[in-house]
Amino acid sequence: MSVLVVIECANGEVKKSSLEAASYGSKVAAALGTSATAVAIGDVQADALTRLGEQGITKVLLDNDSRLHNFVGAAYVKVISKVAESENSSVIVLSNSNIGAAIGSRLAVKLGASLATNVVALPQINGSSFTVRRGVFSGKAFSDVELSSDKKIIAVKKNALDIETAAEATATVENFSADLSDADFATAPKETIKQSGDILLTEADLVVSGGRGLKGPENWHLIEDLAKALGAATACSKPVADVGWRPHHEHVGQTGITVSPNLYIAVGISGAIQHLAGVNSSKVIVVINKDPEAPFFKAADYGIVGDATEVVPKLIEAAKALDK
Amino acid sequence: MKILVCISNVPDTTTKITFTPDGKAFNTAGVQFVINPYDEYALTRAIELKEAQGGTVTVLNVGEAETEPNIRKALAIGADDAIRVNLKPTDAFLVAQQIAHYAKEGGYDLILMGRESIDYNGFQVHGMVGELLGIPTIAPAIKLDVNGSTATLEREIEGGKEIIEVALPIVASAQQPMTEPRIPNMRGIMTARTKPLQVVEPVGQEAKTSVQAYELPPAKSGVKMIDAENAGELIKLLRNEAKVL
Repeated sequence: MSVLVVIECANGEVKKSSLEAASYGSKVAAALGTSATAVAIGDVQADALTRLGEQGITKVLLDNDSRLHNFVGAAYVKVISKVAESENSSVIVLSNSNIGAAIGSRLAVKLGASLATNVVALPQINGSSFTVRRGVFSGKAFSDVELSSDKKIIAVKKNALDIETAAEATATVENFSADLSDADFATAPKETIKQSGDILLTEADLVVSGGRGLKGPENWHLIEDLAKALGAATACSKPVADVGWRPHHEHVGQTGITVSPNLYIAVGISGAIQHLAGVNSSKVIVVINKDPEAPFFKAADYGIVGDATEVVPKLIEAAKALDK
Repeated sequence: MKILVCISNVPDTTTKITFTPDGKAFNTAGVQFVINPYDEYALTRAIELKEAQGGTVTVLNVGEAETEPNIRKALAIGADDAIRVNLKPTDAFLVAQQIAHYAKEGGYDLILMGRESIDYNGFQVHGMVGELLGIPTIAPAIKLDVNGSTATLEREIEGGKEIIEVALPIVASAQQPMTEPRIPNMRGIMTARTKPLQVVEPVGQEAKTSVQAYELPPAKSGVKMIDAENAGELIKLLRNEAKVL
């Protein structure tokens, strides 16, 4: 019996969401009286994997087949299921990313495992009962779900849990080959288009988001300038994406992206229930709106009643004055 | 081309979520149910592909009799026929088994659904169906085109997108901006009444998870208002009080 953590990598580094998964996996392993092993796939440097020891990982298996640098569902699932078999893993922890969910759902069928996605807390383990808390109703509620199969797969929601760091601890890195064939790469992408320059919205600690209260795309620079001054990612409300001021991949809300940053600043967004669903697991919410009756103020920690074009420049100035 | 579109019956996006006093069930009193918004992207794109290239669109729902108004709505939007698997959808694997069974029986080229339902938020069923059928799943897809026996899709990844060309059959899950969802017109509503809706019994009852309890998030303790004239004060509070900067 062991706990296996799936580590996603990009540009030579381990993704932050995977550090969260590693930290989660080590705690589950401790609760079960076993150790946590990791499997890493993708473009990564060995020393980034060695440092996973800081999150309590003892051993990392790395498949460095370069064809795995892009995400290919069938190939990733094959590597992970082979590792799970050789390590006799009873609990597999992933990040609740597009990649993690794609792997988890196929792996659950392949291994006959119970799968819980969008998990926000450590499991409650009592004898043979194993229950996890997950987000449901698009951020409006939680449910406690019992995982009844012997094998369990848990996809941990981003930014829901802290990353534990123990200084100086290191993990051993071993190579692992799953002997992949060309057929495993049938859905390999023909082309990958990377979003350039910006801080990634789904990984961001700080988010500045704009709505129709900005009046038009000509004022969008206010959102960008404030985000830049704070080192934040930018986002928008659904109406702003629908009228085409901003691309759909920045739309936060029930049918868009769900974010859970440490700080979410909403400028000129009234706070429709569908928008709140996408942001209400943010740790601190700031609302700036000229309408004092805007429903978003009820969900906020800090609020300013005022016009975006007057308030935001003052915030930019104050943010620039902060010593980093 | 034969297309299967799987739809869920979910609470309207404006629903205030409450639970029964024991916390064990979602309180459906007074709740309006709709077709899952993500599934509407899949349904509309399927109808567009059928209109452009010929073929059929079948809608499948795993649910009890109360989901039929929304199945009729999908028929009114333009699907040709429908299957309802008479089973309460309590677990992703339970639902995936039903879809995989009836998808295999029907021999579909494309199996489409939304990326996740807005109530359970599993983001699991498409991958499970693909694995059960032994065919690729592309999720979440933001663009889908079909040329003969090949599909071209754009898949959203963290920080960008990928272009994937793959031979049919496949499973794909949809999200915006795949297309603009349609609403039914009067003619569609009239013809939907006579389109076939077949009710079938579930195959297997194996669930791998069970919900023990629900809980609402804690309410915010209240908002601290800052005067617009001293807006810069906010930044100091965020650093010194909230400690997020």
